[in-house]
Amino acid sequence: MKQEQLSETVERDDAPITAARDIHPDRTLVAESVTISRSAQDLYDFWRNPANLVQVLENLVSIEVRDRHRSLWTVKAPGGNEVSWESVVTKEEPGREIYWQSAEGADVANSGRITFADAGDRGTVVRAVIAYSPPGGAIGRTIARLFQREPRLQTRRDLHRFKQLMEAGEIATSARNRRQRDERNEDQALAEKRT
Amino acid sequence: MKAITWHGKHDVRCETVDDPEILNPRDAVIRVTSTAICGSDLHLYDGYIPSLKPGDVLGHEFMGEVVEAGSASTLRPGQRVVVPFTISCGRCYHCSKQQYSGCENGNPADKQDMGRELYGQPMAGLFGYSHLTGGYSGGQAEYVRVPFSDFGPLVIPDDSIDDDKVLFLTDILPTGWMAAENAGIEPGDTVAVWGCGPVGLFAVQSAFLMGAERVIAIDHFHHRLELARRFGAETIDFEQSKVYEALQDMTGGIGPDASIDCVGLEAHGAFADNIWDQIKVSTLLGTDRGHVIRQVILATRKGGRISMPGVYGGVLDKFPLGALMQKGLTLRTGQTHVQRYLRPLYTAIAEGKIDSTFLISHRLPLDQGPEGYRKFHDEQDTCTKIVLKPGLEALSA
Ligand SMILES: NC(=O)c1ccc[n+]([C@@H]2O[C@H](COP(=O)([O-])OP(=O)(O)OC[C@H]3O[C@@H](n4cnc5c(N)ncnc54)[C@H](O)[C@@H]3O)[C@@H](O)[C@H]2O)c1
Ligand SMILES: [Zn+2]
Ligand SMILES: [Zn+2]
Repeated sequence: MKQEQLSETVERDDAPITAARDIHPDRTLVAESVTISRSAQDLYDFWRNPANLVQVLENLVSIEVRDRHRSLWTVKAPGGNEVSWESVVTKEEPGREIYWQSAEGADVANSGRITFADAGDRGTVVRAVIAYSPPGGAIGRTIARLFQREPRLQTRRDLHRFKQLMEAGEIATSARNRRQRDERNEDQALAEKRT
Repeated sequence: MKAITWHGKHDVRCETVDDPEILNPRDAVIRVTSTAICGSDLHLYDGYIPSLKPGDVLGHEFMGEVVEAGSASTLRPGQRVVVPFTISCGRCYHCSKQQYSGCENGNPADKQDMGRELYGQPMAGLFGYSHLTGGYSGGQAEYVRVPFSDFGPLVIPDDSIDDDKVLFLTDILPTGWMAAENAGIEPGDTVAVWGCGPVGLFAVQSAFLMGAERVIAIDHFHHRLELARRFGAETIDFEQSKVYEALQDMTGGIGPDASIDCVGLEAHGAFADNIWDQIKVSTLLGTDRGHVIRQVILATRKGGRISMPGVYGGVLDKFPLGALMQKGLTLRTGQTHVQRYLRPLYTAIAEGKIDSTFLISHRLPLDQGPEGYRKFHDEQDTCTKIVLKPGLEALSA
């Protein structure tokens, strides 16, 4: 019996598919996880309330709630622009996971899931997986830049801001005062414009 | 306010910059009464640590009086506090393990990318120590914004204990203590300490307190070696004697049981590997000069322990990894988990078990900070520790 199991050929290893060498990590599929020292239920509840996300997701401008499952997301795009699309929660299990998908007609079609897995003493592992299709055409290209410019980096930063807020109760800033904080934000916006 | 700012290699200035403010609920603003220049600041001064920006306020060893506290701070205006150089939240996984310098929650998310790139994981936030560690304004200033003020700072209730006695709780005393702890000292051990700067001298004291029978201190500055000797250490002047040969002979051919590198990436001395490293660093082919840690690995006895509080920043050539393996050595290191040691070491100072003031060679007003850097850099032998006192200007004027 044991012998038989061992002789079976293993097609793939146990690593997440997003770490596979044969997909481009930054193109269409992004996965990032972070461990947060809070219960899965707390984190899920926070995340499920759109009003909470504006402070956590760096590029998010607003979420306009349409009904329990539909909401209009507006995010900053390069060059001082904004992009909006309707996002639909397609499946969810309270305290465990949320799946979403952009509604038909979105400039950047995207879908993903965020899962909250109990990690015992360490709290909860929060993992985001996001898939998106770069749009075609010249107009789409500018918009796509927002998603293609280090989408993994952006996801990671957002998850870490989430961690800071949920663990430390605040999101870290190293600015000395309000003026410096605004200046640094402007610098960042400028740098984004240039890229 | 006035503050010491970095502008490039060997260019620090005392400038007027705008005051800090409370930005987050757990913040406090401290009026600095004493702040020291550290060996780690010299690495910035010499341009070894990347990612500083002109105008950054330096300083990670400071204490003072609370002038304003955020809504979630537990401090009250008027309290006297000593502030650890590590900015740690006290609530994450690393903090729960008391590995405070592993706390990521004080390092802004957009500043974490470089650390992840360089080291695999981001660093903790530190005061006045480059944008790799958050880009925080430091404490060589009249005022400083202190995040997580309900967790990090230690309130000094006793006004009769003056600044000079407790200032070094912010960094170098816990660093010397943790360095000795990381050396896993057993009663009867012979411990070798490379570098008799503030960190080395506290490591010497700590090693004895932890039960070392002999401590052998290594440097080339006579005044500093003399201070080590005052605490009971035997000394080796690396310009007078060959360190490896001396250590083997002084330990009956076995080698020291534990060795502590309190020098870090700027080893002095005209040794072949050191010169080679200097060329590499100056031509950007390398980042660190590893003469001391190489020597430490070769000198330490088989099965011995190495502790490395000295700071290294990047990559190093000709690292004797084979010797480390073949001899079964253990190497422990890290930025100090300051919050872990604050209270016990405060008690040790208050009870007179640790002498912390002997180090201070100069007390200068804040606006003489640039002169202080030059002195600490150029006159290391007699200039053992410089404390800047904002407010002293008024008195001396
Ligand atoms: N791990 C931490 O959290 C932490 C905290 C504070 C300081 N540090 C680091 O500890 C190190 C020492 O700090 P410090 O304030 O004592 O610095 P320092 O510059 O005052 O002292 C370093 C000493 O090493 C001596 N030295 C140089 N080359 C040597 C050699 N080849 N052999 C023996 N000795 C040699 C120097 O003469 C000097 O006396 C620095 O690298 C500093 O960055 C680490
Ligand atoms: Zn220091
Ligand atoms: Zn923490």
